[in-house]
Amino acid sequence: MGGGHSMDQLTSMGIVDARAGLARGHFTSAELTQAFLQRIEQVDSAVQAFLRTTPAQTLAAAEETDRLRAAGDRRPLLGIPLAIKDVLMTTGIETTAGSRILEGFVPPYTATAVRKLEAAGAIVLGKTNTDEFAMGSSTENSGFGITRNPWDLERVPGGSSGGSAAAVAANETPAALGTDTGGSVRQPAALCGVVGLKPSYGRVSRYGLIAYGSSLDQIGPITKTVADATLLLEVIAGVDPRDSTSLPVDVPMYSAALTGDITGMRIGIPHEYFVEGIQPEVETAVRSGIEQLALLGAEIVPIHLPNTDLALPVYYLVVTAEASANLARYDGIRFGLSVDGETIFDHFRQTRGAGFGPEVKRRIMLGTYALSAGYYDAYYLKAQQVRTLIKQDFDQAFAEVDVIVSPTSPTTAFRIGEKMDDPLAMILTDIFTTSANLAGLCGISIPCGFDANGLPIGLQLLGPSLGEEKILRAAYAYEQNTEWRLRRPEL
Amino acid sequence: MKLTKDEVRHVAELAKLQLSEAELDEYADQLAQILAYAQQIQAVDTGAVAPTPHILPLTNALADDTPQACLSTAEAVCNAPDAEDGYFRVIAVFDDSASLVSRGEHE
Repeated sequence: MGGGHSMDQLTSMGIVDARAGLARGHFTSAELTQAFLQRIEQVDSAVQAFLRTTPAQTLAAAEETDRLRAAGDRRPLLGIPLAIKDVLMTTGIETTAGSRILEGFVPPYTATAVRKLEAAGAIVLGKTNTDEFAMGSSTENSGFGITRNPWDLERVPGGSSGGSAAAVAANETPAALGTDTGGSVRQPAALCGVVGLKPSYGRVSRYGLIAYGSSLDQIGPITKTVADATLLLEVIAGVDPRDSTSLPVDVPMYSAALTGDITGMRIGIPHEYFVEGIQPEVETAVRSGIEQLALLGAEIVPIHLPNTDLALPVYYLVVTAEASANLARYDGIRFGLSVDGETIFDHFRQTRGAGFGPEVKRRIMLGTYALSAGYYDAYYLKAQQVRTLIKQDFDQAFAEVDVIVSPTSPTTAFRIGEKMDDPLAMILTDIFTTSANLAGLCGISIPCGFDANGLPIGLQLLGPSLGEEKILRAAYAYEQNTEWRLRRPEL
Repeated sequence: MKLTKDEVRHVAELAKLQLSEAELDEYADQLAQILAYAQQIQAVDTGAVAPTPHILPLTNALADDTPQACLSTAEAVCNAPDAEDGYFRVIAVFDDSASLVSRGEHE
């Protein structure tokens, strides 16, 4: 294989390493891509991270980038294969959002974030598994089978971007895109021992992202290192005329924030995030992470976010209300599954009843209830008002501190099936992540330790809206002074 | 907090979801449980608090009204379960008693 690199050496690489190897001519994109395709062939029957790959198409694209490189092309992601969560549309490649109702759907256009990656020279390696329409925290709600955690195949990878996180952790791809509506990039990254970045709301175009909760959804990278996440953010961020909620704000050189220096940075520790219910090993690991940040020169500041307890109930009312409206489009007429009925309404009922899985139905029902006559004021409007209070908590906190640190998830990866019969228990796994979506913040999860079972623990850094440089700076400094990222699962 | 089966059936009808009897029973229990949990926001005094439907500082995002490249008709209907001549085919929406023709006659 390429220039004496073994398959294992090639697939252990993230973007920065692979890019350097390609630039120096140590191996070609075809060799690199072939190595990842072989790795998928070897381990994905166990991990089940990918819903589909298109090897011939992918290899042909890789060979084309090798020709372009020989002709002088120097685009930042030239020849880098990437995995894409299956809620992002890809022209000509089936896209299902993990739902049977979209089985066989082949999009006529590509999501802006994916298009930007391709414009930077990247190659789509395949589409990764997800909870159906990104509704879930374990990837067990996919209509096409569960994904397993590469650190322990009897455990979940987290979700909903569990396929992307597991694929990165299992060295099946250098990096991936996920989406985060209430923690769906950060939580699976934590449970799989990789880096997951949720950009601020409006930072990345949502055009071509199959909508779940439109005021909360954001696309973000899942990577092996902070530098890789930074590089991908630099490429996918920016205003898009096709998404009126993308912010018309210039994209900074995020990589300039990776100095390793956090002297004088003010790091807030919210009292309300360290309460009972956290797995003790998670709390210990995150607290020693905070000590490490202090040793590196940061100032640790205790803060209060008094409305923390309200974030989950508010999130569930807002996200299900938005989902019930967004998923009204699955009517069996324009695309997707179609089940005949006697009348047009019967056609809708039969199609939707047959095509949606249990969790999606549950959330559509909850959202429809919260928006229905007699309950709108008490649930949906009230939730939007409390959302204001939650946002104000963070506005006040970020007047005092640069970033906020917490655990990403209260526990490490749980067992497959453990929470499937208890929707409320599953909801509680999102306790530290949903606030960032409600308040439009940016957040990143980075590895900060392992529990007694050898399962990875994630540390979350939250920053204000458009404060990506701050969380990336702190995350990079921590990562460079610890060695958690060097441990990989054995498969 | 309790939901009757009829209430759940009404919500399913609003959402145009065909649910089995078993699903109606299951969702009656689970929705009641989740709504009881969500109930805690009722205790918050939000008298003068403005709602936040989204967090953007933007109000309107307007684009110039200039024609741009868009999907062709063939591309737009390429995933349709039932299409003909570039149109989506649907079951008739009006029955005979409410047909456009008969309504026209009354005008």
